[in-house]
Amino acid sequence: MIYTLKRLGLAILVALAVSMLSFTLLHLSGDPASAIAGESATDADIAAIRAFYGFDRPLIVQYADWLFSALRGDFGESYYFQLPVAQLIGDRLSITMTLGICGITFAILTAVPLGVAAAVRPNSMIDRVALFISVMGQAMPSFWFGLVLVVIFSIKFRLLPPSGTDGWQNFVMPTVVLGYYAMPAIMRLTRAGMLDVLSADYVRTARAKGASEMRVMFKHALRNAIIPVVSLSAVQMGFMLGGSIVVESIFALHGAGYLAWESIGRNDLPTVQALILIFALFYIVFTFLSDLLNAWLDPRMRVG
Amino acid sequence: MDNILSVRDLRVDIPLAGGTLHAVRGLNFDLARGETLCIVGESGSGKSLTSLAIMGLLPKMAQRRADKLEFSGIDLSSAKNRQMRSLRGDRISMIFQEPMTSLNPAYTIGDQLTEALLLHRKVGRKAAEARAIELLEKVGITAAASRLEQYPHQLSGGLRQRVMIAMALMAEPDLIIADEPTTALDVTIQAQILRLLVDLQREMNMAMILITHDLGVVARVADKVAIMYAGEVIESGSSKDVFTAPQHPYTRGLLRCIPVPGKTKPGEHLGSIPGIVPSLIGKTQGCAFRGRCDVAIDACAHDIPERASVEGHLYRCVHDNSQTQFSASGEINTTSQSEGRL
Ligand SMILES: Nc1ncnc2c1ncn2[C@@H]1O[C@H](COP(=O)(O)OP(=O)(O)OP(=O)(O)O)[C@@H](O)[C@H]1O
Ligand code: SF4
Ligand SMILES: [Mg+2]
Repeated sequence: MIYTLKRLGLAILVALAVSMLSFTLLHLSGDPASAIAGESATDADIAAIRAFYGFDRPLIVQYADWLFSALRGDFGESYYFQLPVAQLIGDRLSITMTLGICGITFAILTAVPLGVAAAVRPNSMIDRVALFISVMGQAMPSFWFGLVLVVIFSIKFRLLPPSGTDGWQNFVMPTVVLGYYAMPAIMRLTRAGMLDVLSADYVRTARAKGASEMRVMFKHALRNAIIPVVSLSAVQMGFMLGGSIVVESIFALHGAGYLAWESIGRNDLPTVQALILIFALFYIVFTFLSDLLNAWLDPRMRVG
Repeated sequence: MDNILSVRDLRVDIPLAGGTLHAVRGLNFDLARGETLCIVGESGSGKSLTSLAIMGLLPKMAQRRADKLEFSGIDLSSAKNRQMRSLRGDRISMIFQEPMTSLNPAYTIGDQLTEALLLHRKVGRKAAEARAIELLEKVGITAAASRLEQYPHQLSGGLRQRVMIAMALMAEPDLIIADEPTTALDVTIQAQILRLLVDLQREMNMAMILITHDLGVVARVADKVAIMYAGEVIESGSSKDVFTAPQHPYTRGLLRCIPVPGKTKPGEHLGSIPGIVPSLIGKTQGCAFRGRCDVAIDACAHDIPERASVEGHLYRCVHDNSQTQFSASGEINTTSQSEGRL
């Protein structure tokens, strides 16, 4: 319990730090007032806008103002869409989250069994196949892999829609592309962890008790081997939020990643800030969950 | 007496890049219910591989062969995995050298103690836990019931080894193999744990193979002794015969450090004999001890006969050493009187 509270407190501090940092960086990277005012604006126009949005106040005041509104769910209004940011990103976020969760699930469901199989028979055929798949996954850029899938499944066999957000079919290829991005690292860590654990003394103890191979593998070995994999998966999930920007633009899935990409180009500060905060929060939530999962898996981590 | 374990010409080979390592080379022994066989030998002599060979738990690449490997009428060398599994943890169990790493860090003591019983017997969790508590108390652990909820990292090395002993005894096996159960522990508790193990073995009338470096313990608890050197048993026999009239020059060297066998304090280690064990990779011929033996002759490079000094007391040496006597001071006396006393 103390452990949980400590992790939670730490997570909140990290979230604050991330939002503060991103807020500062965005405001230092250019003058938001002139960006809103546009090319043809006069100095007087810019000054008026600066005063209207409060950009002339000290940065720390602006941040506090923004943060307290954000805590109430008010992220301000998008400069570009002239809509409340909260309303703008609601739907987009659910698309990205769906994609992210499907992606990491796909990655774990392929990487863990493959890693275990490779570790059980090192240097066997299955081990080499696993290695090949993981090398491919790392060598191949996501956009290229995405395009290959589109050519095969959308253009040649007409099985899956190449773009859009109409139904679950639209998520199949993006999930595979995004998941494949995270898969190699998870697989290799599973394999290394299993190899390590399978030669551990306690695995021999389990065999000496007459446990079956299945029981030895899954109850005794995997539980210990999977601990670093859980932390890695949380980190990969964070990378995938970034990766989803690319994937969403390939498949024209109008998710939060795509929106972030566009909003940066448009200098739409409220939108970008909100997205950064939300992405950071997600990342922190995943890390927090993975810490909790690990504490459940490994009693040695349960010390406050 | 009926033998519970019978081993004839047990061999373990490990193929390595530089050739085959003949780690265990033709072991013979018999063990009856309630008997204790102590295997003694320096590091690398093949003691652990011998125990793992009986358990059927050798590393994957190791190859096991035996003319006979019979446990209570079951031929282990032809037994299927399934049958071996049903024996392990139920009728044969093993205590390992490393208590710090032999327990699974992710599960409670209770989970791990009850596992063997739940796997092999039709008992419920409650009954298995009751048995676990009973055994924890037997191995001298206080507040046994509350230990079930603890994890290995919360216990000291000595406690973990007690747990390992309790775990091996859960199903009241017929044979228990204890591979240097106290080597990794603090010297002050080594004797305690060993005594506990021996008491329980007697109480449950189990056969036991005890691998140890502690000759004081061997002298006190062994019924039979097998001295291993470079993968072979170079001398074996009843504890009394081997201790009072050691025949092999290596055994005599080992015992030289013990002034009065039987009264040596526990914790005493093997006497040191200068030299190193030869490589067992590839073909080996002759006596493996000849590089360190001070009575070696040319014939030692050829096949060595197995001799018996008295019934059941065997040794491998070109010399017929039963004519020479071993003295406490270490010299080999050429007296024909065999008093069986040092
Ligand atoms: N998995 C393995 N791969 C290669 N060689 C091995 C393996 N296991 C054991 N050996 C070798 O086999 C020989 C016998 O090893 P074993 O572990 O049986 O010795 P031991 O008598 O138990 O020694 P110790 O007293 O140190 O425990 C040693 O030379 C060792 O190096
Ligand atoms: S056979 Fe030769 S070398 Fe070996 S112990 Fe006997 S005398 Fe020594
Ligand atoms: Mg050993």
